[in-house]
Amino acid sequence: MSLSLSLFALAFGDLFPNGIEHYALGGLFVGLGVAVIYLGTAIPAGASTFLESTLSYASNLSRFQQYHPSRDWRVVFTLGIVAGAFVYAATFQSGLVSSSLHQPATTGEFLEVGGLTLWLTEVQPWRLFLGGVLIGIGTRLGKGCTSGHGVCGVGSASSASFVGVATFLLIAIGVAQLVAALGVSP
Amino acid sequence: MSAEHEQHPLFLPLVFVGGLIFGFGLGFSHMAQPEVVLNFLQFEDFGLLFVMFGAAVVTGITFFGIKQFRSTAPLTGAVYGRRLKTLDKNVVIGGGIFGVGWGLSGICPGAAYASLGIGNITILYGIAGMFVGAYLQGYWRSASAESDAPAAAAD
Repeated sequence: MSLSLSLFALAFGDLFPNGIEHYALGGLFVGLGVAVIYLGTAIPAGASTFLESTLSYASNLSRFQQYHPSRDWRVVFTLGIVAGAFVYAATFQSGLVSSSLHQPATTGEFLEVGGLTLWLTEVQPWRLFLGGVLIGIGTRLGKGCTSGHGVCGVGSASSASFVGVATFLLIAIGVAQLVAALGVSP
Repeated sequence: MSAEHEQHPLFLPLVFVGGLIFGFGLGFSHMAQPEVVLNFLQFEDFGLLFVMFGAAVVTGITFFGIKQFRSTAPLTGAVYGRRLKTLDKNVVIGGGIFGVGWGLSGICPGAAYASLGIGNITILYGIAGMFVGAYLQGYWRSASAESDAPAAAAD
C-alpha cells in the first residue's frame, strides 16, 4: 500500500516536476477572466480574432472589415491581458508578493530594471517569428486558438472545438518533439 | 456584438478587467513563458493541462450555469449562447497549421500578449509573425472569396 502510494507520488512528480498548484490556480484565473466578460456581455472572448480585427484599422480587405464592430473592445481586451501579466510581473515575479501556491520561473532569464524583475525568453527569434506566421494563418483559418477553441469552445462542449484542440495539440506535440530531436534548443 | 453595445459605459471597463484577470492567470501559470509550453509538448511537464482544462471547467460552468438565472447579458442585451463554430475541413487544416506554429515556437496568441506584459520584448518577433500570418490568410481568402462570388463581396 505505502509502496504503491510512493510509486504513484514518484510518477506524479515526474509528470509534474514543478507541481500543479500554480498551473491550476492560473488556469482558474484565465477561466475567470473569460467568465467575467461573458457574464456582462454574453461574448465568449478569444485572443486570436484580435489579429484580424486590428488589421481592419489598416486594411480594407473584407476578411478584416467583418470584425470592424468588435475591433475596439478587442484592443482593450488585449491591453488588459498585457496589463494583467504586468501586474503578475510587478508582484510575484519581482518578489514583492509571495505565496506557497506560486512557483518562481525556472526557464529563460531575468532582467532587473529598477525594482522590477522582467523575464526574457531564450527561445530563438526565428522560431518565434516563423511559428508566429503559422499561428496567424492557422488560428484564423481554423476558427480559434488555445483560448477560443481550448477554453471557450471546450467550455461550450463544441464538437468543432474538440476537433480543433485535438488537431493542434497532437500536431504541436509531434513538431516540438521533432524540433528537439533535431537538436534545436531552446 | 455590434458597435452599439460598446455605448454602455461599463462595456469597455469590464472587458479590460476580464483581460486583466486573464493575463494575470497566464503570467501566474507560466504560460507566458514559451519554454514552459515547449516542456509540456516535449512531455517534460504536463502542467499545461491543468491550465487549459482548469480554465475550460470555469468557463463551462459559467456558460451553462448562467442560463439558469437569466437569458440576456446586462451590458449588451445579447442572449447567452455557447461558442459554437461549424465543423468543416478548415478547422482541421487551420488547427494543423496552428499546431506546427505552436510546436515550433511554444507561443499562442493570448500567451504571447501576456509574455509582453512580463517583460519579454523578444516576443515581439512572434507577435509580428502572427500579424503577418493573419494578413496573408486574409489576403488569400479575400481574393478567393471575390473570385468565387463577386456579387456577395459587397457586405
